[in-house]
Amino acid sequence: MDRLKALLFLTSVVILLCLPAFSQTSIDSAAAVKPAVESPAPPTDVVAKDTKNDDGSALDISWQLSPDDKRLVTKYVVLRSKSPNGPFVGIGSTTKGQDFYTDNGDTVGVSYYYKIAAVNEVKLTDSTSVTGISESQVVGPIKPIAQWFNMRRLNVFFWLLVTCAAILFYIMQAKSGKELYVRKIAGIDAVDDAIGRATEMGRKVFFVPGIQDMDDVATIAAITILGRVARICATNDTMLDVPVSRSLVMVTARESVREAYSKVGRPDAFKEDQVHYVTDDQFGYAAAIDGMVMRDKPAAMFYMGGFFAEALILAETGNNAGAIQIAGTNQPAQIPFFVAACDYTLIGEELFAASAYLEREPRLLGSLKGQDFAKGLFLLAIFILLILFMFGINWVTIMDVS
Amino acid sequence: MKREIPLIITFVAGVAFVLQYFIPHYPFNRFENIFSDWFAIVGAFAIWLGALSLMKLCLLNISKKSHDWPISLLIIISFLSIVIAGAIDGFHGLNSVPATSFRDPGTNFDWFYQNVYTPLSSTMFAILAFFVASASYRAFRARNTAATLLLVSAFFVMIGRVPLGDYLSGWLPERMQFSQWANWLMAFPNTAGQRAVMIGIALGTVSTSLRIILGIERSHLEG
Repeated sequence: MDRLKALLFLTSVVILLCLPAFSQTSIDSAAAVKPAVESPAPPTDVVAKDTKNDDGSALDISWQLSPDDKRLVTKYVVLRSKSPNGPFVGIGSTTKGQDFYTDNGDTVGVSYYYKIAAVNEVKLTDSTSVTGISESQVVGPIKPIAQWFNMRRLNVFFWLLVTCAAILFYIMQAKSGKELYVRKIAGIDAVDDAIGRATEMGRKVFFVPGIQDMDDVATIAAITILGRVARICATNDTMLDVPVSRSLVMVTARESVREAYSKVGRPDAFKEDQVHYVTDDQFGYAAAIDGMVMRDKPAAMFYMGGFFAEALILAETGNNAGAIQIAGTNQPAQIPFFVAACDYTLIGEELFAASAYLEREPRLLGSLKGQDFAKGLFLLAIFILLILFMFGINWVTIMDVS
Repeated sequence: MKREIPLIITFVAGVAFVLQYFIPHYPFNRFENIFSDWFAIVGAFAIWLGALSLMKLCLLNISKKSHDWPISLLIIISFLSIVIAGAIDGFHGLNSVPATSFRDPGTNFDWFYQNVYTPLSSTMFAILAFFVASASYRAFRARNTAATLLLVSAFFVMIGRVPLGDYLSGWLPERMQFSQWANWLMAFPNTAGQRAVMIGIALGTVSTSLRIILGIERSHLEG
């Protein structure tokens, strides 16, 4: 009897242990059968239209969400075809609650038909699922159109016109002989003193034009300043050293320095190796200049152009070497480092004003005056918009040109 | 003509770039890519000029036994080592299967990159921390009102960015804690200052571009 009880007990245990396996089998068989899933109501009011302000390569598709969006829909699939009768191919999908899709693929010059499928997808296992699908009406044909003006940039266009008009107006005034007052910029006034100090001490002047290439406006501004600095160095017979990190900058800077030496009647004093390539690598460039500075102990250092993390490494080394340092960059994040480590720093637009300020040529000074006038207009506009905003008038909403 | 041709090219390219920003229609939408390709091609040829300039300067230093000639020798050895390593590993991408490159892991070039270049770059970047400390020490001396204001602001930003700040001011209401002071300083006075600088830079960029496009500014061409 005891043996029978033991046998019954063992049998019960085995059955209990095997139950999960039986239940798994039942799910697998359910997956194989794939029971029907309730299909959501289809999306309505599908609209396909050209994407505004683009080059004719995109179409915007929008729709009214399915009434079952919250209850049944798991995603919407966007279907596209060249014919209203199909075949339609899925080109993308959105999650439930989303009623907008932009078609960016292969649309240039082609007319398409679209429909939207609301999908209810129920996962049975990790790899199997069942879906209930309902499709909207077909819309189309629609063909993307390229625009001739990007209306989203209307505000930029407006301010560009205002700024250019102000600059051109003051250039014309300067050309007509009118005396223009330009505010003093301490950093630029110190250029002569810094080079003079180098002349008296018989040491080098270093000019570092940043690590950006010639496609960066800050580098172009730096090269224009280099021309003026080279002219003063050539006049004073002071050695100018220009280590560069880009080959194209080297070529351009070399020509600029050569011309500067020729202009003051000292073409013989120019040596090609004054402007020399070091490396394209950011920290390699910083290390090389640090080494040169510590060995040569220059009396003056100019940092003009695009600088990043190497800015402080360079400026602190120059400071340790006891050089007068003048810096200017278009990278707002690096300006505080230069302010901390250099004697003079050109902030913001001063880098771009330096060349005109040094040259004192009326037309260039006129452009500076125009630039300052445009800045005043900007300040006025910001002030007016701030007042309007305080009264609940949001100009951005009024100006929405999308 | 030496002056006129570059000025004409500058004018045409400058106007084309301005137009492509506002006109999305073909062919203006292609200008940026076309110019970018041209720039890359010209830049690729110019690399040789840079490398030759570097080699020439180093060889001159060695031949003249200048005071830093051992450094020049080191530059030449480093330069040739990495070029030879890359050349030995080569590029087998067009016809070989699988496609391999000298930049793949395990190559000689990669060894130099991982064991020489990366540690040296990291070292230079790490030195920045010490320079920040020395520059801050000078900048944060309360010499006048503005410098004192800078010192006080820096104190609150630094203490508000570390756990110690919240530990020390944790007993205060949340909006009075150091981290909130730091957030306020960064979000308002700092952002306002940065934006003012950015507006100035944008105006300076427009002004410089206009001067260059119209040929008023020529110093980059003639010194």
